[in-house]
Amino acid sequence: MRYIPHTAGDVTQMLERIGVATLEDLFVEVPESVRLKRPLDIQEPASETELLRELKSLALGNATPETHKSFLGGGAYHHFIPTVIDLLISRSEFYTAYTPYQPEISQGTLQAVFEFQTLICQLTGMDAANASMYDGASACAEAVLMAMRLTRRKKVLLSKALNPRYRGVVATYCRYLNMELVDVAVAADGRTDLEDLAAKLDDSTAVVVAGYPNYFGVIEDVAALAEKSHQHGAKLVTAVAEPIALGLLKSPGELGADIVAGDAQSFGLPLAFGGPYVGFFAVRQKDVRGMPGRLVGETTDLEGQRGFVLTLATREQHIRREKATSNICSNQGLCALMATIFMSLLGKQGLREMAEQNLAKAAYARKQLSGIKGFSLVFDGPAFNEFVVRSEAPVAEVLSRLEAAGILGGIPLGEDYPEMADCFLVCVTEQNQREEIDALVAALQGGAA
Amino acid sequence: MTIVGTSGLVLNEKLLFEHSDPGRKGYSLPKLDVPAAELPSDLCREEIDGFPELSEVDVVRHFTRLSTWNYGVDSGFYPLGSCTMKYNPKVNEAVARIPGLAGIHPATPSHLAQGTLELMHRLQVDLAEISGFAKVTLQPAAGAQGELAGMLVIRAWHEARGSKRSKVLIPDTAHGTNPATASLTGYDVVPIASDGVLTLEEVEAHMDDSVAALMVTNPNTLGLFETNIEEICKLVHERGGLVYCDGANLNALMGIARPGDMGIDVMHFNLHKTFSTPHGGGGPGAGPVGVTEELIPYLPGPGVEFDGETYQIETPKTDSVGRMLAFHGNVGVMLRAYAYIRSLGGEGLKHASEMAVLNANYVRARLEGVYDLPYTSRSLHEVIFSDKDLEGGCHTLDVAKRLIDYGYHPPTIYFPLVVKGAIMIEPTETESQEVLDEFCDAMIAIAGEARDNPELLLQAPVRSRVRRLDETTAARKPKLRWQETT
Repeated sequence: MRYIPHTAGDVTQMLERIGVATLEDLFVEVPESVRLKRPLDIQEPASETELLRELKSLALGNATPETHKSFLGGGAYHHFIPTVIDLLISRSEFYTAYTPYQPEISQGTLQAVFEFQTLICQLTGMDAANASMYDGASACAEAVLMAMRLTRRKKVLLSKALNPRYRGVVATYCRYLNMELVDVAVAADGRTDLEDLAAKLDDSTAVVVAGYPNYFGVIEDVAALAEKSHQHGAKLVTAVAEPIALGLLKSPGELGADIVAGDAQSFGLPLAFGGPYVGFFAVRQKDVRGMPGRLVGETTDLEGQRGFVLTLATREQHIRREKATSNICSNQGLCALMATIFMSLLGKQGLREMAEQNLAKAAYARKQLSGIKGFSLVFDGPAFNEFVVRSEAPVAEVLSRLEAAGILGGIPLGEDYPEMADCFLVCVTEQNQREEIDALVAALQGGAA
Repeated sequence: MTIVGTSGLVLNEKLLFEHSDPGRKGYSLPKLDVPAAELPSDLCREEIDGFPELSEVDVVRHFTRLSTWNYGVDSGFYPLGSCTMKYNPKVNEAVARIPGLAGIHPATPSHLAQGTLELMHRLQVDLAEISGFAKVTLQPAAGAQGELAGMLVIRAWHEARGSKRSKVLIPDTAHGTNPATASLTGYDVVPIASDGVLTLEEVEAHMDDSVAALMVTNPNTLGLFETNIEEICKLVHERGGLVYCDGANLNALMGIARPGDMGIDVMHFNLHKTFSTPHGGGGPGAGPVGVTEELIPYLPGPGVEFDGETYQIETPKTDSVGRMLAFHGNVGVMLRAYAYIRSLGGEGLKHASEMAVLNANYVRARLEGVYDLPYTSRSLHEVIFSDKDLEGGCHTLDVAKRLIDYGYHPPTIYFPLVVKGAIMIEPTETESQEVLDEFCDAMIAIAGEARDNPELLLQAPVRSRVRRLDETTAARKPKLRWQETT
């Protein structure tokens, strides 16, 4: 077994030193009655060659942006990944380290997390960010729990235009905490309906949650949402599933959000069928001690040199046990490093340019699609890189016609929004060349791809 | 004796932001091939204040230097107790990067995602076989999220039966996240004492009809097998409760005993521990959850199902507690775990557990008498010492810091809380006798230094890039981000 160094001679020698005769004797505390008395029913071991051959062959059963023209978004995005990222995270000092419990020999991880925290603050316009969450949806759920702790209130207003999977995770996390989850309607322009919000907001409301951009790709009026929420002493959580947009949009912090939760998959992480991704979480200075998750802080060592440590651990579960702010322990450290490297490379100009490309490509696609007979755009609010298309023909039929032309045309909305069973969500990023968009248009027109 | 640690050329490195120079660029995007578009100006921000401007070489050098300040499993022995820091096979990395597996969007229709779905399904089945549970869901992103999923399932099961139980029993040898998880599920935590292992009497004394579940870790955080587990499960069941097992220590039991066969109802796996996904300096992990037949309807979704011909993402059942993440879980971690299981096979997994236990007991035999051993029953894959017999006014922390000078990552310290000054060593199966001997020699030498020259411990580490860091000031005056000082 190539991962285990023991020779038969070693085993004998070690057993002798321990003072037992056989390996069996090491397990005397495991009662006979619970011992497994047969071999595990698992395939025979595969050699390295066999394993790789088998998995590469299985991978051929998958459609990816390498095999298809893809317009899938909805919370996971196909973006440019600089080559540098994978090479740097493949430094085994990064990827084979544990959580940095011993700061003297973990300064690489710790400084990188400190940089991640800083970049997320700059991006979101907030004061403090944590070391990462599992993904955008669970970060959003943790944000709701934090708002509940801050306000000591139990009513949660969730925009219907918030990513339905984020809404689902919020519901799971709140399931047994006696909280009241209330939907806020979507207005005709695709934004959260401010009138419906005003009608439902009251002094028992802990938090209002909306996407930015929202699930339909529409850019919410965050300032108005914040103003209305704050009038009732409620917190505003802004959920950002597509942070490339923040290269261009006003930051949620500037617009009055209290907590910004989001996913940084767009920042250099492969799609990987949904994970690992990396949630981010940012708050105002006054709320730092109430936030969930790990934090890295700057300090000095015995000789006065700058260094970094895990800090404010008294919020965490290994100190506060059942009174902790959250049970999150392992997070998405290496993914946060990927996002940090991405943000470092793209920097000020790059993120803006990438955002502008996304905006332009999606605007071009919208314009082309809106002219096709049998299809229409559903919302007219300002949009970033996604939009909803309504189809006169059944959506499943349309999408499978596109598949036949080698195109993954979008995500059908009927499952999450029964009233939108005739709609699908199209996403266009900087990775879609003009010819791809034209091919989508041609295929929808019924022409050849 | 060989000292592994040495000091060499270690380069300084500023923060990213301190390198930034206006106009530098580290990327290249294609020329825009469609007309430019604009948003209403009231929606747009100025430039991102403070964002760095760096060239590619700046970034590469920056992170390469930072990496050299870290200690990883590939650098050396990493006996962090309860964390199972074993060697991570390199082929697993190659597997996760196969373009057809890394590049697939989570909303791809099932019939165009058969490769990944088949792999997820195979992993689901293998994990069920290893653990003895009826079904496994892969979705949770980490052990603690798996715990949350598992406890939600337990609560949903009680609610479905109209049972209004409010408490969860948690032994002092359970994992640190367990109480927080129980509380997130709306339960009150009742801590119960154990004397190494949990006794039937102790559980019996607390087990009434207000108790929803018992959360155990087995083997527990003392590295001991819960010998009474079968009787305990029976008792909890008789009194209408369920048993949750924290599976973080499954590395000791693969192919030897299965939690599902012991009467446990729900357990999470830590794929990044037992199944060798590198921990990445703090994640990603993955925390699949296995349950017995009667709890299947409550599992969080979606999972993967196979109808004999094709694999499908399962729509969550009506009784499901819902979803834990936006998509299907940390699939990249699942691929690594699958590759690991596939490389070892059933016999290989058992062999791995045996060698892990052999190594822990070998370390125990070599250090017993040098360091205090608070529990004398047989250890499984980790062994706990304490600083009780340490001389010269030195404590566990000082031993840990001195180990750094010798070139080792220290063991877990001050955990579990039931042992004062705990030193928790988990060598794992991937370390050779030679490595263990060198490490034990260092531990013995350090105990001697504590007696003869305690300053060596109290001043340690002296060979690392930074010395002991001031954690008190960091917490009192938190500085959590860089800010420009003018």
